[in-house]
Amino acid sequence: MTAAMPISLEVNGERVDAHVLPRLNLADFLREHLKLTGTHVGCEHGVCGACTVRVNGEIVRSCLMLAVQTHGASVVTIEGLSDSGEIADLQAAFRDRNALQCGFCTPGMLVAAQDLLRQETVPDRERIREHLSGNYCRCTGYQAIIDAVETTARARMGRKP
Amino acid sequence: MKASAFSYARATSVANALELLVAYGDKAKVLSGGQSLIPAMNLRLISPELIVDIGEITELRGIAVRGGVLRVGALTRHVDLLRSPEIAAYAPLLTEAIAHVAHPAIRNRGTLGGSLAHADPAAELPASMVALNATIVVRGQARERRIAARDFFTGIYETALSAQELLIGVELPIAQKSSAHFFHEFARRHGDYAIAGLAAQAIVRGGLFTDLRAAFFAVGDRPILAKAATKLINVGVTPTVLAEASATLAAELDPQEDQQASAAMRRHLAKILLARCVSALLGRPDLTPGGTL
Repeated sequence: MTAAMPISLEVNGERVDAHVLPRLNLADFLREHLKLTGTHVGCEHGVCGACTVRVNGEIVRSCLMLAVQTHGASVVTIEGLSDSGEIADLQAAFRDRNALQCGFCTPGMLVAAQDLLRQETVPDRERIREHLSGNYCRCTGYQAIIDAVETTARARMGRKP
Repeated sequence: MKASAFSYARATSVANALELLVAYGDKAKVLSGGQSLIPAMNLRLISPELIVDIGEITELRGIAVRGGVLRVGALTRHVDLLRSPEIAAYAPLLTEAIAHVAHPAIRNRGTLGGSLAHADPAAELPASMVALNATIVVRGQARERRIAARDFFTGIYETALSAQELLIGVELPIAQKSSAHFFHEFARRHGDYAIAGLAAQAIVRGGLFTDLRAAFFAVGDRPILAKAATKLINVGVTPTVLAEASATLAAELDPQEDQQASAAMRRHLAKILLARCVSALLGRPDLTPGGTL
């Protein structure tokens, strides 16, 4: 049973069939096998949030999920969110507000922020802080990130009929 | 780091999971949400030979209310607890406690059963189970055992669960009309493990406690149901009565010292938590130390 196991899942809308060792985590599967390197690997024990992806519509730490556990699941990575245009405005707001410097945490930040914006239309700064509390940024001091998420929330609200 | 190599089995039923656990004993580890197990494996703190993934056993999922008892399946995730109207109505302490557990991405995977079986002494859910007087239901091949939460936790990461048993779920008595609860923890950052915390469930009638279960966490090797609380039951709580209970609490706790806090600091914080709990539940601002929360 230590041998590779077959898995079949959907990644960014495309069906993927693969054979993976049980010890392989989802982050490494995405990066090494599928070459989707937007998912970053920081602490590898669930603290930093850089590896945040969406599985079956909900955000998870991809370093704390085994690839074999994603059999039958639908995974969306930062590449999927970016290519579909779902977070184009959020990405623009991050640029405008200087909400990234080195950019290492940014994919995880964007995935987590979009998760909040899908659940709540206009979260206040405290809610944004709380929702992003599991994502570390070592450059920005967070204020600009909160600004960008808040700005995006307000802009999306304004666009609604 | 990466986890060392292991074998993986996706259990198809409770019976199937138990067969694997009996065959492998303590060389196997049960994978539920994996939010504590996988970090420990990635850090190579543990290297199990076999992972028994119980994630697909749907019978272990769900929240139900029957005959004055709230039953929660072991695989019920933190996020499910947080959003459950049944939990909010019948065990609101738990709704409040869950908000302090880690972060959204962790709560989307982490499960109640996993947290209880892991038994981190600084975790919110074990203490909440003790405060709520929960019964933990565990199943082995021969029999099912029902263990009171206060007897279930036996030490740091240690429980009454044997390597051949599976935690099935918990049963909680539903909150009464005069029930009141208090939850607070001191942590350096939102979502961190607590430096000291308190989950309390009480019955308040006519300005008096007729029951007070105060379960402290992160101040010992397991959740501590404070005996000091008995000094506050069926008496008019004056500052003197509270001070006596507080002294009893300090004496019965034996907190650990680590990089987060000294034992003395933890004792101090526990006393503050007790006072704030009493003040909040009895509606007595005069008993609040050091300002409100």
